Amino acid sequence: MSHYDSYVTDVLVIGAGLAGERAAVEAATQGLNVIILSLVPPRRSHSSAAQGGMQASLGNTAMGKGDSPDVHFMDTVKGSDWGCDQDVARLFVNTAPTAVREMAHWGVPWTRVTMDKKIYDGKEIYEDPEKVGLIAARNFGGTAKWRTCYTADGTGHTLLYTMDSMVLKLGITVHDRVEALSLIHDDEQCYGAVVRCLRSGDLRVYTAKTTVIATGGYGRLYGASTNAIINEGSGMALALDTGVVPLGNMEAVQFHPTGIVPSWILITEGARGDGGYLLDKNLHRFMPDYEPVKKELASRDVVSRRIMQHIRDGYGVESPYGEHVWLDIRHLGAKHINTNLREIANICKNFRGIDPVTDLIPVRPTQHYSMGGVRTNIDGQAYGLRNLFALGEAACWDLHGFNRLGGNSLAETVVAGKIVGHQIARYTKEVSPDVKFSLMEEHLHQQVDRVKRLQSCQDGTENVYQLRREMEGILSRNVGIFRSEGPLQEAVSALHDLYERSLHIGLRGGGQGGDPELGAALRLPGMIRLAYCIALGALAREESRGSHFREDFPKRDDENWLKRTLAYWPPGADSPVLQYEPVKITESPPGDRGYGESSRASATDKPR
Amino acid sequence: MENRAVLLPQTNRDDWGENMMHARTLTIRIMRYNPAEPETKPYLQDFQLTEEPGMTLFVVLNKLREEQDPTLRFDFVCRAAICGSCGMLVNGKPTLACKTLTKDLPETTTLLPLPVFKLIGDLSVDTGVWFRDVSLRTESWIHTDTVFDPDAEEERMDNDVAQKIYEAERCIECGCCIGGCATANIKPNFIGAAGVNRVARFMLDPRDQRTDREYLELVGTDDGVFGCVGLMACDDNCPVGIPLRDQLAYVRRKMAQSAWNLGKTK
Repeated sequence: MSHYDSYVTDVLVIGAGLAGERAAVEAATQGLNVIILSLVPPRRSHSSAAQGGMQASLGNTAMGKGDSPDVHFMDTVKGSDWGCDQDVARLFVNTAPTAVREMAHWGVPWTRVTMDKKIYDGKEIYEDPEKVGLIAARNFGGTAKWRTCYTADGTGHTLLYTMDSMVLKLGITVHDRVEALSLIHDDEQCYGAVVRCLRSGDLRVYTAKTTVIATGGYGRLYGASTNAIINEGSGMALALDTGVVPLGNMEAVQFHPTGIVPSWILITEGARGDGGYLLDKNLHRFMPDYEPVKKELASRDVVSRRIMQHIRDGYGVESPYGEHVWLDIRHLGAKHINTNLREIANICKNFRGIDPVTDLIPVRPTQHYSMGGVRTNIDGQAYGLRNLFALGEAACWDLHGFNRLGGNSLAETVVAGKIVGHQIARYTKEVSPDVKFSLMEEHLHQQVDRVKRLQSCQDGTENVYQLRREMEGILSRNVGIFRSEGPLQEAVSALHDLYERSLHIGLRGGGQGGDPELGAALRLPGMIRLAYCIALGALAREESRGSHFREDFPKRDDENWLKRTLAYWPPGADSPVLQYEPVKITESPPGDRGYGESSRASATDKPR
Repeated sequence: MENRAVLLPQTNRDDWGENMMHARTLTIRIMRYNPAEPETKPYLQDFQLTEEPGMTLFVVLNKLREEQDPTLRFDFVCRAAICGSCGMLVNGKPTLACKTLTKDLPETTTLLPLPVFKLIGDLSVDTGVWFRDVSLRTESWIHTDTVFDPDAEEERMDNDVAQKIYEAERCIECGCCIGGCATANIKPNFIGAAGVNRVARFMLDPRDQRTDREYLELVGTDDGVFGCVGLMACDDNCPVGIPLRDQLAYVRRKMAQSAWNLGKTK
């Protein structure tokens, strides 16, 4: 038997983004030992890339006057197209203001209310002098009030650096450049994880009273995604692989309206929130034609569909990378662009060689966020396996239902981190799971065996990168913004074949030490399983709700589909199994969103 | 009418680069070394590939790994110049590979790992461990006795102060200022411009209750702010444009003042 390092802790957090670190801080503050595992140095986590902001109903700005958790609640529920759990949404909106203020106490330099002259959409805004110096907010899509708290152009960056400073202060152990390969479990309880060191390639065993998945989303299953390259859904795949933990609503995939062409880097919603327009090939501002009230600031699912619809109708701008529309922020002026939207200016300059002060920005809807994930209860406990928690984008808590509002994901990481972190601490103090060595060894040896088979090409010689490109292509082409039975059926059968092939990968480079090809090969079958769950869930859901739009079923169908998809992957199976559970409606019965297609009298109501 | 954008000259720059009738063949010369195989000495390996429109070194390196050598090691995360993972020497200059467009490079480009940091393999270096150590040594967190009150309104802050803090906070810990710093290359414990800038961030923050005296204890040494000999390559190399020269001057001035006052006040 080979030698391996082993670690024991109270709480094992997989993922060092905002959600994982916030939960770790809570657990450590309550006296527990915590180890955080991370693919990369914590400050490189994808949370740092969030430019826009964090929703909390502080109501300090003039345009946020009268805001309250109740208003935030209704925005969130409407945004989700009544697909969220309303008890979770209520808990979230009530906690968000405290969570924002707590981050201020820990060091986030939130942008503050000033009396500087502000013009928005042609009108001057007068702030209340009493509020100067309090935390300011900007406008975001799908919200009735200006509610998105921000730090100039780097909200995620400052939140993550501040959170990580708390991790340092509390002396929490962080092991970076490691990747969890499997959860150690016996179908009833979780005991930790088998982990690969990405520096040396060595395998390690971590055992814990409580294991927490906070690994973010799966954006990189799609070929064109705004996400960082590490967002491969690894934590969701770990959970699905247990056979007993379900993933919720995997078909709910958010496409952000404005990924820059062709690198698909995100141009923040703050651009439209601060007053940017979308223009077509005739430089016509088309959004007001479709959405007279919310214009560019309807929810993301709606704006993305409107853009694609407009392009389909022949108004797209042609380019070698496909048709796109323009984002125009020139009228906001150089000063505003180079401070509050500086990140956009940098991205435009660095990656497209244009200056948004004088140039239009080419944009197209791009995969951006995973509403689905490891299904948990309101305390963050995963379904199906004791001692396992999940939170943040990796989880389906379920705050976002079928469409997440901009500014609600950063907020979720910090708010859920606080709430679920507290529950983790409470829970961990009460349990003392008894892990058997034989179980640890069994799980370790499964991974040792996988590595050996890949290194020796024992199972075949399929090329991991080629299979990966095929998976990306299938999802991008067939499981995108507009969906229908034929292409979805095609995607399901293609993914079925692809999954089988992924069991026959062989390495071309030998896979020694911390080899990157070996890492990719260990990951890919799990990624294809996730892709399969997305496609199958989308095929089964014969309605349109939020981001899930079926051209063959263009209406929301509350009678048959006001329910959450739960995808399981039974041990040894070659395809997922779908089940459903009801959505929790506590305060707001399903109604009209006030924007988007479903709010219209009929689907044939053409805006032009 | 308000729906119609003012007609300005359309941005129709023909700079998609698709007019690359004669696409260049690029030679990428990469330092190869695996510390796990010390018997194989570091060497430079040449790779060739065809340039594509809008190509960055992110695209180049991934193509090389996927199509030519799957063992090639390098680091990217956000690929958008936000996360600071991909600092390396591009033709000798420390910069972020993700935002380096090949159209700005000659036909032959040499890529070396950032010096100073521990080498993991090829172009991958351990910046994360280095920066964590510096953050711990400079105690880079808010030091305060006040306890958070969940029911209270947030403490007010002037927005100019918030912006000043943010300007220093923008550092993405890529290590370009460290890799290009002569002092950091010869003094292993020097905290460098990034470390000093991090200290400045907390000095500027009214929420941090540390006194200048306490900062002096932390960084008033040759490994701290007085180690800098003023070559200022850091200021030239910072890929996010933090005014490191000003930040260094600010901290030095405060520390010099504080040292001068030693003994005069308690």
